[in-house]
Amino acid sequence: MNQRMSWFNVTSLTFGFAFLYLPILILIIYSFNDSRLVTVWGGFSTRWYGELFQNEGIMDAAWVTARVAFVSATIATILGTMAAIVLVRLGRFRGRTLFNGMIYAPLVMPEVITGLSLLLLFVAMGFARGFWTVVIAHITFSMCYVAVVVQSRLITFDESLEEAAQDLGCPPGRSFFAITLPVILPAVLAGWMLAFTLSLDDLVIASFATGPGATTLPIKIYSQIRLGVTPEINAVCTILIALVALGIITASLASKHRMMRARRTVG
Amino acid sequence: MAKTMGPVRRAFAPWDDPLAEPLIRFERISKRFGDFTAIDDVSLDIYEREFFALLGPSGCGKTTLMRMLAGFETPSEGRILLDGEDISAIPPHRRPVNMMFQSYALFPHMNVADNIAFGLKQDNLPKTDIAACVEEMLSLVKLEPFAKRKPDQLSGGQRQRVALARSLAKRPKVLLLDEPLGALDKKLREETQFELMDIQEKLGMTFLIVTHDQEEAMTVADRIAVMNEGTFEQIAPPSVIYEEPSSRYVAGFIGDINLLEGTLATSLDKAPTFASPDLPAPVTVEAEGLASGPVALAVRPEKLRIALDEPADDPAMAKVSGRVWDIAYMGDVSIFHVRLSDEVCEGQPKDDSVPIIRATIANTTRLVERPIAWDDKVWLSWDKSAGVVLTR
Ligand SMILES: Nc1ncnc2c1ncn2[C@@H]1O[C@H](COP(=O)(O)OP(=O)(O)OP(=O)(O)O)[C@@H](O)[C@H]1O
Ligand SMILES: [Mg+2]
Repeated sequence: MNQRMSWFNVTSLTFGFAFLYLPILILIIYSFNDSRLVTVWGGFSTRWYGELFQNEGIMDAAWVTARVAFVSATIATILGTMAAIVLVRLGRFRGRTLFNGMIYAPLVMPEVITGLSLLLLFVAMGFARGFWTVVIAHITFSMCYVAVVVQSRLITFDESLEEAAQDLGCPPGRSFFAITLPVILPAVLAGWMLAFTLSLDDLVIASFATGPGATTLPIKIYSQIRLGVTPEINAVCTILIALVALGIITASLASKHRMMRARRTVG
Repeated sequence: MAKTMGPVRRAFAPWDDPLAEPLIRFERISKRFGDFTAIDDVSLDIYEREFFALLGPSGCGKTTLMRMLAGFETPSEGRILLDGEDISAIPPHRRPVNMMFQSYALFPHMNVADNIAFGLKQDNLPKTDIAACVEEMLSLVKLEPFAKRKPDQLSGGQRQRVALARSLAKRPKVLLLDEPLGALDKKLREETQFELMDIQEKLGMTFLIVTHDQEEAMTVADRIAVMNEGTFEQIAPPSVIYEEPSSRYVAGFIGDINLLEGTLATSLDKAPTFASPDLPAPVTVEAEGLASGPVALAVRPEKLRIALDEPADDPAMAKVSGRVWDIAYMGDVSIFHVRLSDEVCEGQPKDDSVPIIRATIANTTRLVERPIAWDDKVWLSWDKSAGVVLTR
């Protein structure tokens, strides 16, 4: 790679990244704008962050979102991990290929369809829509992501580890928690992180499943924007971006660390 | 081989004692995977303090047999007895049997000491006892400086020793070793073989080892079972397997051997003879209790003597003549390839219809002084007891 980059490569790279990150950058910059007008720079200030914390509507929505994300990510991680184990371990049972394919389907399913079908289900079952329906909706789609992440780790997990544990006197159930879970833990945590961030920034599915008293932050932001963008919204979004970025970086660092360890073991 | 020759070991032969109770008894065990039969109606007794080797080619069912003893597979038919008790219903974690896995199966998230302590912790022993036992195991496998390392910070040989220590820590009645030395280079392998024998003797355990390396089996084991496609061909001490193989398969599997196909002729008043289209004349053989019929004669290359002059007739010896086809100088020995035909073979393409017999001769003198050369007419002779007549 000691070849110098051609001007073409440099420009396309610049444009590409500008296209991706300029809007976000502008949003972050304007969240520190002193002026009430979103498009006019009135000097640096953190005043909107201060006001943001006074804004009860937004703070409530943020609290709801955090709770939904935490609960749904946790349940989705448990269910997704279980699904992954069944798919990898149970060998060839009837319909295994079908199940395997079905776990990928929600990843490519348009969110509108997922949201709508969940709404129909809740209505048909007579569920009062609110916090728990949003949680359930988020579990449904994020658990597939967890299952895929954990499954890819389990495929390379040497099952003789668990046999060795049993051979040394550890009953089957306990050997899962003593051996398998710690070994696949980085993948499980990465799955949780992924589910958490997916839930944080979901608008479409949440807006189908939500009800009174369960307005999530993305829904709140979206409804406020219709009344005009305020600098407060910029501040919320900046915080959200920071959270999501943190989540993604942690998850990828965890998996990188794991891969490096794995490579060292093989090498 | 020191062990089998030592005075203690010579006396150790419980399999010859009709009153001895076996520690492990496989009773007419069969194992099928779908319609494939991996183990086909085998029976086997293994005695306390025995070092027993399962030897056979890849896929013959060695691991399957071992996994049934450890409890990871259930026999399709038959029973496995341990100390006279049927263990079929006992799950793996309650069997007094520990296994050292072919892949070592070390727990990657635990350090060496924790790996070794894992089995002991399952029994809820006091902490001090566990620590003492871990110390002892570490010193046994000479890994004290590595106690705090993770498995991925160890070399292959060190990992293998951790796996061994971990499976020994609980002092199981029986230790199962599935190709324990497969990943080691030749030198380390030989060292470790002697270490294993040492440990087994020191701790007084019963070892069942799986290998497909015949030299390894010969070195470490008190008895060897030679397996072939899910059945036992022969179960015997190494010297018997080598000197008196029970079938063509065993003879060919262990060491180098000359196999001649032919017929056995026995009569009441004459010594039995073996005639073969490969041999110019019948040779005398030892064949007590055998009837006339098609057989194979097996002679080990190192049991042959080679000479330029025809040896004097001796009822105890068998002899054939041929011409030297090739001489392979190996340093300590030379291997003479002798074609059983009187015609000169120089310049002729190799003719497969004429059999070639290999004779391994120790190089007791310097190379320049040895008189036998290519194309010389030579006589091969052997003590007739060295030829083994095989009916199977
Ligand atoms: N779970 C299984 N399902 C189907 N077939 C199996 C299973 N386990 C083993 N076999 C078959 O049983 C036969 C014996 O296998 P086994 O692992 O015992 O061989 P092995 O003697 O240990 O060979 P190697 O020296 O290669 O380890 C093989 O043909 C194998 O394909
Ligand atoms: Mg095997």
